[in-house]
Amino acid sequence: MDTSLNWIKAYVPGLECTDEEYFDRMTLTGTKVEGFKRPDKNLEKIVVGKILSIEKHPDADKLIVCRVSVGNEELQIVTGAPNVNVGDLVPVVLDGGKVAGGHDGGPLPEDGIKIKSGKLRGVDSFGMMCAIEELGSDRNLYPEAPENGVYIFPEGSAEPGDDAIELLGLHDTIFEYEITSNRVDCYSVLGIAREAAATFDRPFVPPVVKETGNDEDVNSFVKVEIKDTDLCSRYCARAVKNIRLGESPAWLRHRLASAGVRPINNIVDITNYVMLEYGQPMHAYDMDKLAGSRIVVKRAEDGESFVTLDGAERKLDKDVLMICDGEKEVGIAGIMGGENSMITDDVKNMLFEAATFNGANIRKSAKRLGLRTDASGIFEKGLDPANAEAAINRACALIEELDAGDVVGGMVDAGLPIKEETKIEFKPDKYNKLLGTDISAEDMLAIFKKLEIAYDDKSGMLVIPSFRQDLKGQADIAEEVARFFGYDKIPLTLPSGEGMEGRLSYPMRIEAIARDSAERCGFSQAYEYSFESPKVFDKLLIPEGDALRAAITISNPLGEDFSIMRTTSVNGMLTALSLNFNRRNKDVKLYELGNIYIPHALPLTELPDERMQFTLGFYGKGDFYSMKGAVEVFLKASGMKDEPEYDASVDAPFLHPGRKASVIYKGEKIGFLGEVHPLVAKNYGIKDRVYLAVLDMPVIVPLTSFDMKYEGIAKFPAVTRDISMVAKKETTAGSIEKMIRQRGGKILESVKLFDIYEGDQVKEGYKSIAYSLSFRDMEKTLSDEEVGTAMKKILNGLQSMDIELRS
Amino acid sequence: MNEQLEKIKEDAFKLIRESDTAEKLNDIRVAYLGKKGELTAILKSMKDVAAEDRPKFGQMVNDARSQIETMLEESKSRFEAAAMEEKLKHEVIDVTLPGKAPEMGHRHPNTVALEEVERIFTGLGYEVVSGPEIEKDYYNFEALNIPADHPAKDEQDTFYINGDILLRTQTSSVQIHEMEKGRLPIRMIAPGRVFRSDEVDATHSPCFHQIEGLVVDEKVTFADLKGTLDSFAKQLFGEETKVKFRPHHFPFTEPSAEMDVSCFKCGGKGCRFCKGSGWIEILGCGMVHPHVLELRGIDPEKYVGFAFGVGLERIALLKYEIDDMRLMYENDVRFLSQF
Repeated sequence: MDTSLNWIKAYVPGLECTDEEYFDRMTLTGTKVEGFKRPDKNLEKIVVGKILSIEKHPDADKLIVCRVSVGNEELQIVTGAPNVNVGDLVPVVLDGGKVAGGHDGGPLPEDGIKIKSGKLRGVDSFGMMCAIEELGSDRNLYPEAPENGVYIFPEGSAEPGDDAIELLGLHDTIFEYEITSNRVDCYSVLGIAREAAATFDRPFVPPVVKETGNDEDVNSFVKVEIKDTDLCSRYCARAVKNIRLGESPAWLRHRLASAGVRPINNIVDITNYVMLEYGQPMHAYDMDKLAGSRIVVKRAEDGESFVTLDGAERKLDKDVLMICDGEKEVGIAGIMGGENSMITDDVKNMLFEAATFNGANIRKSAKRLGLRTDASGIFEKGLDPANAEAAINRACALIEELDAGDVVGGMVDAGLPIKEETKIEFKPDKYNKLLGTDISAEDMLAIFKKLEIAYDDKSGMLVIPSFRQDLKGQADIAEEVARFFGYDKIPLTLPSGEGMEGRLSYPMRIEAIARDSAERCGFSQAYEYSFESPKVFDKLLIPEGDALRAAITISNPLGEDFSIMRTTSVNGMLTALSLNFNRRNKDVKLYELGNIYIPHALPLTELPDERMQFTLGFYGKGDFYSMKGAVEVFLKASGMKDEPEYDASVDAPFLHPGRKASVIYKGEKIGFLGEVHPLVAKNYGIKDRVYLAVLDMPVIVPLTSFDMKYEGIAKFPAVTRDISMVAKKETTAGSIEKMIRQRGGKILESVKLFDIYEGDQVKEGYKSIAYSLSFRDMEKTLSDEEVGTAMKKILNGLQSMDIELRS
Repeated sequence: MNEQLEKIKEDAFKLIRESDTAEKLNDIRVAYLGKKGELTAILKSMKDVAAEDRPKFGQMVNDARSQIETMLEESKSRFEAAAMEEKLKHEVIDVTLPGKAPEMGHRHPNTVALEEVERIFTGLGYEVVSGPEIEKDYYNFEALNIPADHPAKDEQDTFYINGDILLRTQTSSVQIHEMEKGRLPIRMIAPGRVFRSDEVDATHSPCFHQIEGLVVDEKVTFADLKGTLDSFAKQLFGEETKVKFRPHHFPFTEPSAEMDVSCFKCGGKGCRFCKGSGWIEILGCGMVHPHVLELRGIDPEKYVGFAFGVGLERIALLKYEIDDMRLMYENDVRFLSQF
């Protein structure tokens, strides 16, 4: 919301402050200022000039040479403006002055444009006559300005030498506020003025609204019936006869312009002006177009349609509130009037409406209709019913002041009885206790007084004014005390209660280990979206009917690409790797810790299972075994000391069928790893081998342990034996090692593969493998015999696997 | 005999002085001190010495031996030192060649910032907890004093799964889960992912992260909230950081505030970074609304609380001067490797 400081000052006499002070102090009392701009920032030495004579330029057809009186002197000014005549009053920027921009509009230069005396086609010119665009504004806000040419002040409205900027109302500062949704009253000049008065400790003097109207009573012209009081709690109407449409006076036009509202005619301008000043949108109907001298406020019927005053046909439903006359609908309540009853240039008599509608209903209707207007934007906040009456009376007073018509006496007032004022017990100790302050009751009452909150010392109750609908309980009152005492004056302390143990949850500790391990192995952390496209399943070769396809769907997604909650972290990882590959980043290793969302049933009736996945992926340097190594680094670091097992039969269609495995720890499947299927890699545009590992943290966390025990350093020497063998290609190293370990017994300390070979030296379909075994007894030196017995068992075991031993 | 001994000594010293290799020294050792060496030989001729002179002569021979030995040792050390020096001269390397570090990965800036925040609050005795990302409407809104028709529900552009279940728009929902556990007092922070239907651009992402904070105890004040967050800001952005609390509105806190920190780039003088104001908006906070406590069965007459919520990306973007939110979710390693 943008508001002129001059307008605020009109209701806060004695308010003197710099723009910066206003900015800071208003923000600190809760009326947040987003920024401000001065319309006269680059307007310097601009006065009213009176054109005394015009002559043709000797050397240029399109230029004229004028003599201009600027009060204390006469200047010669050359101009190309086609619209000036002798006697015209125009804004003139003097030598050394500044204008805001060029005559063709367009973006304004930061520092304006300096104007100096000079020659135009050889003729001296001592200044420049200005178009409205050069003054930083436009014809939208100053519609009286010519389309082409300099701005001309109305005859007799100024004297040469007067401050032209003052006359245009541009000596002002426009503040932009961020009003919070609870402060409906501050969506108005008066609301902000009231806050400004309290902030700067100045009186708040709202406009005096005198009683208006002739001897007639509007109640005998029109009856109002509200059928749906849940959606309209108050409807005020007043009538104006013999409308005299015309231009509004400059002060009113300039105030509208300061708020960015285009002046149109006195009636429209008054409606807009009151909306800005009181925060109460109003509507004006052509009374002669209303049938049956009746206004009925009721819900529309499903499927009805209605033409709004912008000429568009709107589809209605039973939750849209309509304003009707005796026969037909004449407006969508709070959103936009109808074409059938709108004010036109031939209007004679008019009915003013100021009503209070249900904010939530207006908001939803506007959304469904796709028709959010200035009025609906204010109504949706939920207005104070008392404001409707104040606003309509202010509007009628302006009608009389501007002589725009004859106001009919009286006001039609329909709706629910006005609610009793809210009363809250005054509890100063409670406020101090909550705030951690020591503010006296007197100081608090002084604050309330500024805010028009009355105190009844007999009952000890605070009486809340109707415009402060946000004040409902003690905490609200405490906030009023705090913001005018000053948030900055409240001390800085730390909570005094008993000390508590600060710590991470256990799963968070394991996640931290996952991060450390991955980074130690060269993987960098990725963050991926939680939602993705349902098309990813096809990209990942996941068959129809697969459980992974049972994903939760977002009912209002940003688009198909973000429409399902992911059931696998694989797409996210491949997408990230793909981006890096496309950007020619070499040897990229990434990891991610993020949830997948597994529904218990679809459609969702209870919250899904959110499973933290630790996902690793890379392309470039490395192979399956580097990924396996990285996984094991993490498992070891998490205290999972047993050897994990790997099962190649894992069901993962996106992985290479011959290079994949599930990871099994203590009999539980904790994840999988493998090379990405070449077709999948291709689907992601990665022209390299890609490796993946996905670990399911909820399974892993209970398997981790931080129990460590010192087992002593071996005092007795180890005996090593190397064995070399030829095995069938299909025989896995895992099965050989398993056999060696089983047979080796307690004294077998370690088994290390040191050579594996397939090729010329080995017969077709076989491979040669060699292990180094280390034996040790913690208690004594091993004898050759003991080692020999163990070796024999091992060799027998291997032979039983159809393995040929080599000496 | 004495002269003979003196001569042997003199000859040996001379030879030692003249020798230029360790081998030559060894030859001298053998020639003079060896089994067949000259000193051994002269010792053998002891029988020619008068019996009463023998101890003295023996002593003289031993002295000569030890003098020769000492000199041999000294020379040897010298040669070894010279040899070592020579060797090291040949082992000179170019110390400016690149180091060989293991290839380490990098932590995402969000996590770097989060760990910093967690460190600060665990130090202040806060437990770090989490809550569901797919959430019941009730926990995200109604329990936080945002009833069905509240405009805040529209303001937050919520993603819905169905009428009851949504993607949480704020980690404030974790406040409710924590209060529901029935353990008081509470001191917690809850970092986590939240969702709002904002199109992706330089300052928006449909999913991002917040860190919620909640304290509920018998004597908690707005001053405590200010002190806590002041300490947080100083630890996070530097000791010289100043904070400013401005009144604001949130449905689930009252009084409410927004906290600005003095611009850490210009120190508060005003620069492009803080858009000239000298201040940067960092978080929202306030005293837990009594109605929120009441809904959870916590007596608002006895217990008070404060809460705050801070955007993790906001902190990371500001602190590390990242100028585009999209970088955070692209995962380009050239970006990630800078953290």
